[in-house]
Amino acid sequence: MTAPMLQLQNVVVDFDGFKAINDLSLTIESGSMTVVIGPNGAGKSTMCDSIIGRVRPSSGKVLFHGREIQTEAEHNIVGLGICRKFQTPGVLIALSVIDNLTIAATTDRRWWTKFSRKGEAEARARAEEILEMVGLGPRRDALAGNLSHGEKQWLEIGMVVATDAELLLLDEPTAGMGAAESTQTANIVKSLVGKHAVLVIDHDIDFVSQLGGHVVVLHQGQLLREGTLAQIRADEEVAAIYLGRA
Amino acid sequence: MTSSIPLGKIAGTAILLLFVAAPWLLSAYDLNLVARFLALSLTAMGLVLLWGEGGILSLGQGVFFGLGGYAIAMHLKLAQLGEGEVPDFMVWTGVEKLPWWWAIFHSPTVAIAAVFILAPLLAGLIGWAIFRRRIGGVYFALITQALALAFATLLISKQDMTGGFNGLTDYSTLLGFNLNLPETAIALYFVTLGIVVAALFALNWLIASRFGKLLRASRDGTNRLRFLGYDPTPYKVIAFMVGALMASLSGALFTLHAGVVSPALVGVVPSIEMVIWVAVGGRQSVAGALAGALIVNFAKDKISTALPEMWLYILGLMFILAVTVLPKGLAGLFSGERPFNAARGRALLALGRKGKAAPAQPLIVENAA
Repeated sequence: MTAPMLQLQNVVVDFDGFKAINDLSLTIESGSMTVVIGPNGAGKSTMCDSIIGRVRPSSGKVLFHGREIQTEAEHNIVGLGICRKFQTPGVLIALSVIDNLTIAATTDRRWWTKFSRKGEAEARARAEEILEMVGLGPRRDALAGNLSHGEKQWLEIGMVVATDAELLLLDEPTAGMGAAESTQTANIVKSLVGKHAVLVIDHDIDFVSQLGGHVVVLHQGQLLREGTLAQIRADEEVAAIYLGRA
Repeated sequence: MTSSIPLGKIAGTAILLLFVAAPWLLSAYDLNLVARFLALSLTAMGLVLLWGEGGILSLGQGVFFGLGGYAIAMHLKLAQLGEGEVPDFMVWTGVEKLPWWWAIFHSPTVAIAAVFILAPLLAGLIGWAIFRRRIGGVYFALITQALALAFATLLISKQDMTGGFNGLTDYSTLLGFNLNLPETAIALYFVTLGIVVAALFALNWLIASRFGKLLRASRDGTNRLRFLGYDPTPYKVIAFMVGALMASLSGALFTLHAGVVSPALVGVVPSIEMVIWVAVGGRQSVAGALAGALIVNFAKDKISTALPEMWLYILGLMFILAVTVLPKGLAGLFSGERPFNAARGRALLALGRKGKAAPAQPLIVENAA
């Protein structure tokens, strides 16, 4: 039996007594699409944080292909094949769009290789592909710090994809985007599924329905429901917490 | 940054030719000043990599400057002694036998190797210990400042080994050449000029390389870089080591030209002055920092001779003006982008009158997401 790609086993994240994640178990299979929804403070971003090593679970395990990663250094977790887009876009502002993507697309990330140009051409070629995919071709040489908010979101999605990680965590990829931009983002995200497993956090129910993946509802740090969007929509308890009655 | 217009290259070549011709244009006294200031500019150029590109403010470059200066000075003190003799200050403090770590500096190879190795090694150890723990920003600046204070204090207190407050001075020969001859001074001037020009190109290459890009990336988005799979620590450590190497070379060459190295050149105040040269010249331009070091030091020489009590006020004023009104330093005037932060300037003049100022470029980059 092969282990699932990612497993959270009874993960608890404790912030000085406040359990942001409380005994959460979740499984994500290779090439799948998972959408995580839930009200503010449900623990969605903290769950991502616990997967990529930004916060450490106080108990429980995070397994990637059966290997415990909850104590690995952050950059090693990326090396294993998990990359995450942050809620507020984190691009490298002093570098051009193409340099941002090239740095992300470089597979040899050891520092002593950075004094030569070996391997740069391959990374750059891949960066050019991603550049077109996220539609930033005309902004190729602009400084990332000068991009609009929506463009920064696309750039960061592009960077995460460029790492070619097996599991992509996209935290609110449509924040600050209009309807047309959201649709475009949904198309980009959908095109990734299969080659990558994608976990998306979002509030926007239209965007979630465009994605059409497996939906997981978090509430107070725990898994409330999972299923198809139709099942979740029909669920009274989910409706109740979204309306603030629970 | 050097512009793509050949105008910059032409101006650069013209300035270089002026420096090459300097021995025939200047008096021996003025040539010595130029040589000293060129030597100091190496420290400033190293700070561009560390502070401008890496966002790491070190207030302890004097320590590395001192390591280079003392390493070469120890050799110079021993070079003029006969067998079994000890340097003058040891005689005065009653030390009769040279300790082994002094004796090895009899060899010029050891002394020159020490200039190249000691400072980067120390910087590497300190940098690794600090950056690995993700300490940066103000804390790093304070740690390095404390280091400068400790180093100067140690030098003064160990008078029997270091010459104390007076430092090491009064040398006459280097590699068999008489240091008091004008020919030797001119040769040393050209050695210094050559190292400065080489350093200018080497640092610009390093800044443009993939290493430089990742260093800038670690400055603005340490966490983003980490979550792209890179460990930011080595980039910061290497920038600190290169800065230390530049300061060490700077100290060694300065000692040769000035004929003295002392705790007054390595402590807290000189370390801060080094940062001011770079702020005035432009912390994101190697050529700017070079110019800044030359200009501030010439101003110091002229002003502190004419109006000795005014110099510190003028230095402070330069620093305030640079960081508020001219955030890219003098180099910003040539970069083609807006060099002045006019809103800050107006706010400075208004001093407390109503009105909002645009935020200044931060002096220290805190660990950003």
